[in-house]
Amino acid sequence: MPKEIDRDGLRRMVEAGAQLVEVLPAEEYAEEHLPGAISLPLRRVDAEASSVLNKNRPVIVYCWDIA
Amino acid sequence: MSPRAAWRLESLGFTEVYDYTVGKLDWMAAGLPTEGTNAKRQRAGDLAHKDTPTCRLEERLAEVRDRVQALGWDAVVVVNEERVVFGLLRAKEFALDGDQPIAQAMRPGPSTFRPYVLAEEMAHSMVAHKLESSPITTSDGRLVGLLLQKDVVGAAGSVQ
Repeated sequence: MPKEIDRDGLRRMVEAGAQLVEVLPAEEYAEEHLPGAISLPLRRVDAEASSVLNKNRPVIVYCWDIA
Repeated sequence: MSPRAAWRLESLGFTEVYDYTVGKLDWMAAGLPTEGTNAKRQRAGDLAHKDTPTCRLEERLAEVRDRVQALGWDAVVVVNEERVVFGLLRAKEFALDGDQPIAQAMRPGPSTFRPYVLAEEMAHSMVAHKLESSPITTSDGRLVGLLLQKDVVGAAGSVQ
């Protein structure tokens, strides 16, 4: 089950090597994203996650907000 | 959107998946840096005066007014010990009877804006609503600084 993480936890985990992933459309990522995040829009997760991300490292996903 | 992505990643074999549910909005509301084509545009948080004077509810108006005006300001933000914004006093409130407590003299619950709002949007809003100054706060209500209309209009260029 995915765990929720807050802002401080995110910073700690990214510093420790976690992969940070924005799942919004690529255009929104291009305009603004969190430092070091990579773009993997939700619709491309099935096709690309295994090639873009390392399964042996933690992954943190985010979008715009809770909605 | 991120919960669905997180669950799908788990189903694809990713064993340690986290969801930053409050997302980019929370990050930007905290005034933290971003990357991308919009990242260098000036925002409310960049232009807000971080050294804006503050006061507490229980202080007396005359004392606060003297202190603030000596610093060259004509506005002060009322905060608690956590810097959560309770009120605002501008020139109009400074003209009131100085013996009253700040809690009585202040304009309570002022409109606040988040640090990520673009300067152009802030300028339009402040001009349209005739706001000389506006507190900029994080999403949990903590003061980042006071934004002055003249600063944001200057940064945004000509505003109708």
